[in-house]
Amino acid sequence: MSLFLVKGAGVAGLAVAYELLRRGEDVDIVDYQDTIGHGASFFAGGMLAPYCEREAAEEIVLRLGLDAADWWDRAVPGAVIRNGTLVVAQPRDLPDLVRFASRTSGNVWLDREGIAVLEPSLAGRFDKALFFEREAHLDPRRALTGLAKAIRNHGGEFHLGWGPAPKKAYTAVLDCTGPAAIPHIPGLRGVRGEMLYLETGDVTLSRPVRMLHPRHPIYVVPRDDHRFMVGATMIETEDDGPISARSLMELLNAAYALHPAFGEARVVETGVGIRPAFDDNVPRVVETETGLAIAGMHRHGFLLAPAMAKKAATRLSNGYVLQEELVQ
Amino acid sequence: MLKLYDSELSSRLLLGTARYPSPAVLAEAVRRSGTEIVTVSLRRETSGGKSGGVFFELIRQLGVHILPNTAGCHSASEAVLTAKMAREVFGTNWIKLEVIGHHDSLQPDVFELVEAARILTGEGFSVFPYTTDDLIVGERLLAAGCRVLMPWCAPIGSAAGPRNPSALVAMRAAFPDIPLIVDAGLGRPSHAAVVMELGYDAVLLNTAVASAGDPPAMGEAFAKAIDAGRLAYLAGMLEPRDMAVPSTPVIGKAVFS
Repeated sequence: MSLFLVKGAGVAGLAVAYELLRRGEDVDIVDYQDTIGHGASFFAGGMLAPYCEREAAEEIVLRLGLDAADWWDRAVPGAVIRNGTLVVAQPRDLPDLVRFASRTSGNVWLDREGIAVLEPSLAGRFDKALFFEREAHLDPRRALTGLAKAIRNHGGEFHLGWGPAPKKAYTAVLDCTGPAAIPHIPGLRGVRGEMLYLETGDVTLSRPVRMLHPRHPIYVVPRDDHRFMVGATMIETEDDGPISARSLMELLNAAYALHPAFGEARVVETGVGIRPAFDDNVPRVVETETGLAIAGMHRHGFLLAPAMAKKAATRLSNGYVLQEELVQ
Repeated sequence: MLKLYDSELSSRLLLGTARYPSPAVLAEAVRRSGTEIVTVSLRRETSGGKSGGVFFELIRQLGVHILPNTAGCHSASEAVLTAKMAREVFGTNWIKLEVIGHHDSLQPDVFELVEAARILTGEGFSVFPYTTDDLIVGERLLAAGCRVLMPWCAPIGSAAGPRNPSALVAMRAAFPDIPLIVDAGLGRPSHAAVVMELGYDAVLLNTAVASAGDPPAMGEAFAKAIDAGRLAYLAGMLEPRDMAVPSTPVIGKAVFS
């Protein structure tokens, strides 16, 4: 049994800590923030949508993401909501929906009746939609809290907030510091993402809804308590300052176009996160002087953290492969 | 060779850098299209102090001319400011001048455009104005100091192709010695071939390549269509006629029936 240090208590750090503990290793987790998951993970959509993401991502994102929902279900029972994803477009953007369908798999076309059955709030608003039945979503903040609890139950130790780092003989260090790793991992860049939370009792959604638009595609992910996460921009900058007026306007405009009742909703939160990414936007496990880094999660933190965590943990624990993975 | 201001270019394709699935795909599209000029939006990626550092570095590493643009500007003063920032960031006097007049159609505001062009050429910029196919606006832009005109053929991103070929023909005839680049509205390689056959000097593409299923392959397809259209224009094409014209003489031949 070895002792590992995980730097960074975001989705990648917690996932790899969990995977190491399951392989019987010991793990300490440090983060300069005094709560877990307060980087880009905090602002994530939490969509486990490998089929939809394939529209603009490499094939490997689909392949690595297929098992994500099962992984989260096992790690944090009850966290995963398996209601699929609905993709819609305004009538004049129908060509975009056709294009989306041609680039993805795992979907079926719905007509007005089909949409009304799935999402009564959207009845009569769209003529056509794509339904990705096998996709899922989760509430990132809740899922990370649950995962941290599971880590503590397995004996993992958290050291949060500024303070002396634990001085122990670690077998290796896992850098899961997200955007903080950009300066020292070659090829990493930051991609700014802006999002907001709306609160309204007038709309009910059971699954993430993506609305295609040639300029401002958005997704709306329902949470509990009548909240909706609306995201997200993709801007090539490492600036993490407050959301810009234009982005806010575009996100709100798109949400309003999805359902006018969002116009009466409260804006209860806005957020900005920096997603680290390599030039192909595919995450990697890379070697560092002190161990490994899980880097470049881009917009696929919750979708790909399980696969990257397993990969890193297997390498660190001398190729230890879990029984269940052998069965697969 | 195509001459744009002081640069000679062998490729007649200018490529935008927005909306690719990833920078790696963008780099491959640049390579396979053979483009020698890429346009970069400054405004979108500089919402704060840390201006798109790594992304801009990736663009520089492509090793082609960079034509910064003023996408997203709605007035002459905004466009002038953005152009000056672009000159600082990229160290080039080239600027693709884009002043949008209407948020929904993205139609250029030609009045602000001419004003911005006048100010910028006065400050030493080489201005590539994104304009309509209006001849008078074209004249005013030349009077303002532009040495290239970039008319649309359909709204930005519409993929509609040449909507008014007659206007493009008229523009070519009106400005025989000015490089004319069709900017915006092309959807497929055949559209590019059509405007090149009309005698246009080059085309500027972004969405048609970036949003294709396989952007690098589409970049190459466009490059081939552009070459074909250019070659056909130089070779001189037949004018269409109503009647059949046999390719071998029939008079004096035996008739078998």
